Amino acid sequence: MKEIQNKLLTKSKATREDHFGRAICYLCIGLIIALVVCILYFITSRGIATFTQNHVNIWGFLAGTNWNPGSVDAHGNPEVGALPMIVTSFSVTVLAAAVATPFALAMAIFMSEIAGKKGTKFLQPVIELLVGIPSVVYGFIGLSVIVPLIRKIFGGTGFGILAGTIVLFVMVLPTITSLSVDSLRAVPLSYRQASAALGANRWQTIYKVILRTAAPGILTAVIFGMARAFGEALAVQMVIGNAVLMPKSLVSPASTLTSKLTTDVGNTVMGTLPNNVLWSLALILLFMSLFFNLLVRFIGKKGSIKK
Amino acid sequence: MKKRNIFSTLLMLGAVGAVLTGCGSNSASSNGSSSASDHAGKITAVGSTALQPLVEKAAGQFQNDNKKINITVQGGGSGTGLSQVQDGAVAIGNSDIFAESKPGIDSSKLVDHKVAVVGMAPVVNKDAGVDNITMAQLKDIFTGKVTNWKEVGGKDEKITVVNRAEGSGTRATFEDAVLSGAKAVKSQEQDSNGTVQKIVSSTPGAISYLAFSYLNDSVKPLSIDKVKPTDANVENNKWKIWSYEHMYTKGKAKTATADFLKYMNSKDVQDSLVKKMGYISIHNMKVQKDAKGNVTDAK
Repeated sequence: MKEIQNKLLTKSKATREDHFGRAICYLCIGLIIALVVCILYFITSRGIATFTQNHVNIWGFLAGTNWNPGSVDAHGNPEVGALPMIVTSFSVTVLAAAVATPFALAMAIFMSEIAGKKGTKFLQPVIELLVGIPSVVYGFIGLSVIVPLIRKIFGGTGFGILAGTIVLFVMVLPTITSLSVDSLRAVPLSYRQASAALGANRWQTIYKVILRTAAPGILTAVIFGMARAFGEALAVQMVIGNAVLMPKSLVSPASTLTSKLTTDVGNTVMGTLPNNVLWSLALILLFMSLFFNLLVRFIGKKGSIKK
Repeated sequence: MKKRNIFSTLLMLGAVGAVLTGCGSNSASSNGSSSASDHAGKITAVGSTALQPLVEKAAGQFQNDNKKINITVQGGGSGTGLSQVQDGAVAIGNSDIFAESKPGIDSSKLVDHKVAVVGMAPVVNKDAGVDNITMAQLKDIFTGKVTNWKEVGGKDEKITVVNRAEGSGTRATFEDAVLSGAKAVKSQEQDSNGTVQKIVSSTPGAISYLAFSYLNDSVKPLSIDKVKPTDANVENNKWKIWSYEHMYTKGKAKTATADFLKYMNSKDVQDSLVKKMGYISIHNMKVQKDAKGNVTDAK
């Protein structure tokens, strides 16, 4: 009797293992959450300092076109207009996603609907390889191949939004493709069977049934691609020209938020205005990624496939 | 599927390990450099990427002779170097510019050690058809008044100005010597000598400026007022565009750090390594420059 009572009251080995595993999980999650909170707090406090300590007008920052944090304008306000960078960041992001989406979609359809196992087996590593190439390599190729090519065709220096778009196109392609493949594969088999039973051929099924059912997923894929393009720094910095000017054309040098950050952060002193405005740029980036995230959640909720 | 699971577990473990070791080594090095540098012989030097290769090489040689001293050299830029040394986070802050000329730095707390001189020359694409220029013309080009090479005696080609990142030491030096307070035209900005060299060599009509050690056959260095950009001309200040490479310490340098800085200034480094790496030895200078840019004869 005693023995049985003991057995029931002491923790078994399995229970202890369970507790141990749970503790590790909580510890890791806690660490990650603390890390995220720290990062958010740090960027926000630094980014806001521009407006609270240096008394920069927030509209002057968001809508101004003159960027020269080291000097002041005629009214004695520091020249920290970030609009050219915001516009450029958006332009390269939207253009890259717009160019990449048709290619990515074609590849996704091919992989999930048309090619058999063999085709997928071949294409999958190709796409994964594209993800694995470091961004500095993309930038270097852009600098040595794409920029001279654009210079030859369009004149000018070759640096600019077009070069950035082409480099980013290759970089977001795998993201959009693989996420699209997942959403196409998630379309239930019964939909395809029903479509076939109604006499639709393969193309009609893909176009009228599968693509439409998977549309929210594909949209999510595109937004993830855009988030990646928006945040990419190094490769873009190498080909965009880094001139804080309102972009006049696709082949005139411009500067994105991220490229400005990587170029300038080492040359400024913590706590001074030129450094604080860089944190404000980082804050804009943070808000944008938050926005992209919320958008993805919203779309996901609206359009999940009901089985 | 199973294989994938194993892979992802391994990856996770690796990532966690990397994070943990990363934290560990970080805290260790910051402890070492702030408090124990004089006892344990640990020195961290952070800052200017232009000076980094020289300090790294010198540190390597120095550590060969002094096995107990451990020197870490990092880049990050002159601004980072100055602010880190001011905060006491590192023992030495490397900078291309005087601490006095960087806003936000209290230069009275820092002690300057000049370890080398670097000359800079305007460079153009070989296509421009110019090899001499006056200082006034150079200023006009960089302020955007002159936009075609034919206006300064070259061929009919648009000038593409390639500048350095705002706040970088190289740009500060160049603007002090050439622009005399005027504002540079808005243009492309690149953040390294290597990229500038590549862009100028491949873009017709491009102009920028480079440290002497980056001059080669792919770009054309310009003479200014018929003075050629050579070490000898920098040493007697005929060539005006040059600056010191500084290694700053917070207060007077102590024990290991002082020894290392002394070594940087020794004949061993100045007569061989400094020249080999394309800098000009501080011992050869016949003039000296102060933080305001006044040049006097060296003592």
